[in-house]
Order: sequence, then structure tokens, then C-alpha cells
Amino acid sequence: MIEIQNIEKHFGNNHVLKNVSFLFERGKTNLIIGESGSGKTTLIKVLIGLHKIDSGTVLFDGVDFNAIKTKKQRLLRQEIGMLFQGGALYDYMSVEENIMFPLNMFTKKTDVEKLERVNFCLKRVKLEGKNRLMPSELSGGMTKRVAIARAIVMQPKYLLCDEPNSGLDPKTAIIIDNLIQEITKEYNITTIVNTHDMNSVMEIGENITFINKGEIWWKGNKDELLNSNNKELNDFVFASELFKRLKKV
Amino acid sequence: MTKLLHHLGLYFIMMKKVISKPKNWSVFRKQLSLEMEKVGLNSVSLVIILSFFVGAVVSIQTSINMSNPLLPSYLVGLASRDSLILEFSPTMISLILAGKVGSSIASELGSMRVTEQIDALEIMGINSASFLILPKVIAAVFFFPFLIIISMGVGMVGAWVGGLSTNITTADFMYGLKYEFTPFYISYAIIKTIFFAFIISTVSAYFGYHTKGGAIAVGKASTTAVVSSSILILLFNYILTDIILS
Ligand SMILES: Nc1ncnc2c1ncn2[C@@H]1O[C@H](COP(=O)(O)OP(=O)(O)OP(=O)(O)O)[C@@H](O)[C@H]1O
Ligand SMILES: [Mg+2]
Repeated sequence: MIEIQNIEKHFGNNHVLKNVSFLFERGKTNLIIGESGSGKTTLIKVLIGLHKIDSGTVLFDGVDFNAIKTKKQRLLRQEIGMLFQGGALYDYMSVEENIMFPLNMFTKKTDVEKLERVNFCLKRVKLEGKNRLMPSELSGGMTKRVAIARAIVMQPKYLLCDEPNSGLDPKTAIIIDNLIQEITKEYNITTIVNTHDMNSVMEIGENITFINKGEIWWKGNKDELLNSNNKELNDFVFASELFKRLKKV
Repeated sequence: MTKLLHHLGLYFIMMKKVISKPKNWSVFRKQLSLEMEKVGLNSVSLVIILSFFVGAVVSIQTSINMSNPLLPSYLVGLASRDSLILEFSPTMISLILAGKVGSSIASELGSMRVTEQIDALEIMGINSASFLILPKVIAAVFFFPFLIIISMGVGMVGAWVGGLSTNITTADFMYGLKYEFTPFYISYAIIKTIFFAFIISTVSAYFGYHTKGGAIAVGKASTTAVVSSSILILLFNYILTDIILS
């Protein structure tokens, strides 16, 4: 469970997050939706201290992230898996080395155990046997899947995903969404997913927050979302003709 | 001026992060040997070629400029030796390495920054500054002195070959080479080189690590890195020469 309370964040004069509070529940895929530039990426990065917050509190199962020492923060971060918008694979390492990297860094497992774990994770994202490929040889969807494998290799308690399916075709996008959903349930992870893709919302939206111009505008689940009367939310959700028609039905 | 102070402040904050004990020695050793190769070994051939030709040119020019028969011909060996050891090898080679190694450090770190690879390290709980930069600094500080010594040696071979072409005999050249040789000059050159290696690796790392934006920013960071470290090398060359030799 991750709880944020009254988060404020400025970039210079740009007030990016305004008094944001939310509870991200354990074992659920918590969604943050909002249009481009609304502050979704910033919110995720602020959670884990990649950007400093101006004020507010971030609690990881009750632990105040910003009140603990850097060393403790690093330990906590080892329990967090993160999927970056562009994958952020280390480009001088192969797929296998990328996924094995956290294991090399933080565990005392033997080489055989490490390889076993890597292969398990690769299989989990349906990329078995792709160990030797380099990041430059992967397609967009494969890159995201390797990044997921790397994010889960240490069995994180928290999984943060920044637009896991941006730039993917709808079918691959749904595969990725479901993968995240399954992993979340399977290991009882607190998962946060940033997205502006309505397909994802319908697929995996259990606990949704709509962020607009840096403010939390609406909270609920996907059924509530469809029946909401919130104007900004409706403008966002039913932006496309397809969804407008669905709303009428 | 405030911008300079701002950079200086950030530089020291970064260096404080860089200088910390590696978390995992076996990973660190691997990183270090990779950097030794990138920072050092890959520059050996460049250093050899440059030093040979500059050595040759220095001795040819000295001998042409000393056409006065009163001047002993062993002066060519002596002058080439001193100019190679005191200035060319430590300073000029360092400037050239600032271009080659500095730009590669800055662009590597810059592209890791803009593709969020540095964030990915941080989020794993790794001190990214130390993990990425420390091996580069150690590799440079350790390897550059060897490059400089290679440069001195090859430069003198070049000078000897150049001397032969202007009718300086090998015996005269060798006599000049050994004439009133001050071994301290070599230590002086190595001390300078260590300073320069530190400047090149940390300043370039600073600009790469703090890149903001996209691919264009990476290019800009690597240019800034080369320009700044070159200027700093010249500045420190002046300061160090003043302190050590006078
Ligand atoms: N490092 C930064 N420095 C300055 N401003 C930033 C920085 N990162 C983001 N911003 C600003 O913060 C605002 C929110 O950006 P953010 O990246 O969080 O949006 P987003 O909701 O993730 O958008 P997208 O869906 O396009 O990824 C934007 O106005 C952006 O210009
Ligand atoms: Mg974003």
C-alpha cells in the first residue's frame, strides 16, 4: 500500500502537482489517468524521490519515504520495480544481463540460481530464449516486456509503470496490461499504472484516479467511471468517437 | 558568474556522491575493466601516432632553427626531450584526450540520462553517480600516466628519426637526450597528467550526468564537456607549472 498526502510540486513557476492525495491499494492495479502533460509521470517520479517534492508525505506501508536516510531509501527502492515510459534498458547489456543486473548487484545467488530466475521471468513475459538479444534488436513491445521482466526479477512489493503500452498496437497493449494485472494478483503487489489509454482502463481499472492539470479530479472504479457526470472526466474518457458511441448505448 | 557558482555547487554535490564505496565489488571490477578499455586502451594507437609525428617535427624545427654552427648539434636531442616531457606529452596529449575521452564520457552519460537509464539505476537503489562515474575516474587517473609515458617514449623515437633526416647523428642525439637530464621533470609531467585525467573524467561526467532534454542536449553536453575541460586543463597547467617548477 502506498499513500500520498497533500503532495505539492513545482518546476520553476510551473505548478505541476496541486495538493494531491491518494491511496494506492495492495494487490490491485491502481491507475492514474489524465491527458498528456497533466503530471502523471511527475507524480510517479515524485513518489520514489526521482524528483523532490515541495511538500506533502509519501508513505510506503506506513514508512515516510522522505523522512528516512538516503541509505534506507536505497534499501526501500530495492523493493520497488519500475517500468519506464521508454523501457530504459541498459543499452550495453543483453536482455539476459539487463534482467540479471539487479540480482548481481543485490543478491548472493549462484550463477545457476540467477540464470534460473532470469529464465523464469523471461518465460513470465513470454520471451523465453531471447537471452542473447541486445536492446537495439528488440521491438517496442519486446522492450516493454523485457523491462517488465527486469522490474519483477527481485520480487518487488511495489510496481510502478509509466505508460506501459504507449506506442504499442491495441492487441500487444492488452497483453501487456493483462500481464501487469496477473503479476499484481499473483504476488500481491501494490501496482501503479500511468496511462491515457482507455482500453487499459477498461481492461484493468480497479482503482482509478483522474488527474487534470495537476489536481485530482475524480476517483473510482471502471464502472463508476462510465456512469460519472464529471464533465472534465467525460471529456477525457469519451474523447474518441468510439467511446462516445459506447456511452450512448 | 552565478551560473558558474551553480555549476560548481552541483559539481561538488555530484563528486560527493561519486566518492563512495562500491556496493558490490565483483560488479565494480567488471565496470572498471570495461572503462580501462574504453578510456585507456582505445587511445593507445592515437597517442602513438600523434607523439611520433610531433616528436619528429619538433626535432626537425629545432635543428633548422639552430643553423648557427656555434650551437652544438646535441641541442636538438635536448630541446626535443624537454619540450616533449614538459609540455607536449602531458598537456597536449591531455587536451587531445579531453576531446576523445571527454566527449565519449559525456555523450554516454548524457544518453543514459535522457533515456531514463540513470533513473532506472537510481530506482533499483543504486548510487548511479558512483556506479557510473567512479570507474571512469579511476580508469582515467590510472591509465593516463601510462599513455603519457608512452607518448614521451614514442615522441623521442620520432625526434630521433626527424633528427636523422636533418643530419643529426644518432650519437649526438643520444648525447643531447641524456644531457643534464632531470628525472624530476618526469614526475612533474605525471603529476600534471593525474590532475588533467581527473579534470577530464569528472568534468565530462558532470556535463553528461546533468544532461536535460533529448538527443540534441546530449550533443550539446558533449561539446560543453570538451570545451570546459580543455579550458580547465590550460588553466591548471598554468597554475601547476607555476607551483611546481618555480
Ligand atoms: N524535469 C522537468 N523539468 C521541468 N518541467 C518538467 C519536468 N518534467 C515534467 N515537467 C513539466 O511538468 C508537467 C507535467 O509533465 P509530466 O511528464 O508529468 O506529464 P505526463 O502526464 O506524464 O504527460 P505524458 O502523458 O505526455 O507523458 C509538464 O508541464 C512538463 O512540462
Ligand atoms: Mg508521462
